[in-house]
Amino acid sequence: MDIKVHVRESEDDAYVVELGGEIDVYTSPKVKDAITELIDQGHYNLVINLEKVRYIDSTGLGVLIGGLKRVREHGGTVNLVCTNPQIKKIFDITGLVKIFGIFDDEAGAKKALA
Amino acid sequence: MNAAERSIEHLGTVELRIPSKPEWVAVARLAVAAIANRLPFSVEEIEDLKLGIAEACTICIQHSAGEATIDITCDAAVSSLRVEVRDGRYRASSEGAPKRAPAAAVEGEGLGIFLIQALMDNLEYSVDPANGAQLVMTKVVGA
Repeated sequence: MDIKVHVRESEDDAYVVELGGEIDVYTSPKVKDAITELIDQGHYNLVINLEKVRYIDSTGLGVLIGGLKRVREHGGTVNLVCTNPQIKKIFDITGLVKIFGIFDDEAGAKKALA
Repeated sequence: MNAAERSIEHLGTVELRIPSKPEWVAVARLAVAAIANRLPFSVEEIEDLKLGIAEACTICIQHSAGEATIDITCDAAVSSLRVEVRDGRYRASSEGAPKRAPAAAVEGEGLGIFLIQALMDNLEYSVDPANGAQLVMTKVVGA
């Protein structure tokens, strides 16, 4: 069980949080810390790249929802990059496809922030 | 034995006890996936099972008080898998079988319960702060 979190600055004041591995009740606090740190630093337009994520559960979804709520308070947004069909299915059945912008690639997710 | 009887024929029971701590949930997930792999489930169905079991364990952890365990019992049939997940201090109500808890009692784990209901073919659960949590779910091959 592992989670990899890599944060990098992109153009246009956007930050990309690249995640890899499994996001569950054990690993989601690490993801939450990374997102919280960015928001605390005043970065409100985020792309969260889930392309290398193999698994996500409700605690992981909760972290993403919490991040989105916080950035929206500051006029920002969170766009997701997701290509894994199983993870897309989770966003579908929970209705989160209507709340997050979900894109097939990072370029599209960043462009939609602008 | 006709086809319907054969489909529910019991193949075996596997029991697993893990500490009620987040770092052990992946062990339960992988163990149940290994059991499901012995049945003719599709890859997608096995992923559904993994998520269902993990959500159930997470609910048990959220309700466990201190040093507790999670007991997982998997009953494999020819074309279905029934998994019971209960926290170690679970005490059945006087009615015995698990039932739906009052909505207020499960408000906190709404997303987890919702996911299990969506991904499994049957779910019965009892989540009670006093008596602990028990969730019984069944996944049917190809349903």
